[in-house]
Amino acid sequence: MPGIQLRKGLASTGTWYRELRTDLQVTFRKYLVLAGVTVFAAAGDTMLSHGMKQTGSISIHHLQSLLFALLNPWVSIGILLLLAFFAAYMNALSWADLTYVLPATSLGYVLLALVARFALHEQISILRWLGITLIAGGVGFVAGGEALTSHPSHQRGDASFAPDGDVPAVMGAER
Amino acid sequence: MTHVYTWSGILVVVLFSVVGDVLMSRAMKQVGDVHQLLKQQGVWRVITRVLSTPSFFMGISAMAVAFFSLLFALSWGDVSLVAPAAASLTFIGNAFAAKIFLHERVDRRRWIAALMVAAGVALLAG
Repeated sequence: MPGIQLRKGLASTGTWYRELRTDLQVTFRKYLVLAGVTVFAAAGDTMLSHGMKQTGSISIHHLQSLLFALLNPWVSIGILLLLAFFAAYMNALSWADLTYVLPATSLGYVLLALVARFALHEQISILRWLGITLIAGGVGFVAGGEALTSHPSHQRGDASFAPDGDVPAVMGAER
Repeated sequence: MTHVYTWSGILVVVLFSVVGDVLMSRAMKQVGDVHQLLKQQGVWRVITRVLSTPSFFMGISAMAVAFFSLLFALSWGDVSLVAPAAASLTFIGNAFAAKIFLHERVDRRRWIAALMVAAGVALLAG
């Protein structure tokens, strides 16, 4: 029965293809979350500091001026962006190590420096370029490894992992 | 004397940032992979699950303390010292804390990365 064989083969190729596609979609979405961590943090900080420079300094004795600062559109957009950063950060921490996610937050510094150089035409010293290279290199180092290495024993509702805490750390293999 | 104030301020900032990050990471690991949860149970279930995790609130509180102590430290010392020192020491502190408290496998690759990022942040902000 070559026909049945063929159909079986096609079906398994189909599931294999579908699994690969969902894997790729998941990976893509996770990189999108990490990019969100970087971009939202950098953009939020920039807008907030721009807005706070417009509103002027705030002293402890005039806390009501803080409320006026919120009326500044730069400040409120900055706060919204930082909330988005926090959501993305928590999302990333739900499936990756802390030591994996943190370098991504530092990429924001690099982004800001590049924006300052190429959009605002500011001069960047050699020391700063060195800093940019170090951060980018560090992030590349981490990104080449697994996303999740911690023991899953404290994770709730995940029966697919052996309960005795001695599972080899291969769960990050989805990357 | 202001030196002592500034550096103790920086250390307090680093301590609470690290505690906040570790608690937040632990909370989100307890919640579980948000992508899967969203698909299976929807947004509200995820939100209530996050809000019912005690580490989440402890983490937020620690981060708030870190933020306000940063403001104090900034009033004692120069921005160009306090901000980069606090940021880069936090990276190194987090690598230790993640290894000890979260049992992450911080191998040589991650140590090098933490040190590179810490040095880079210090150079960029300094």
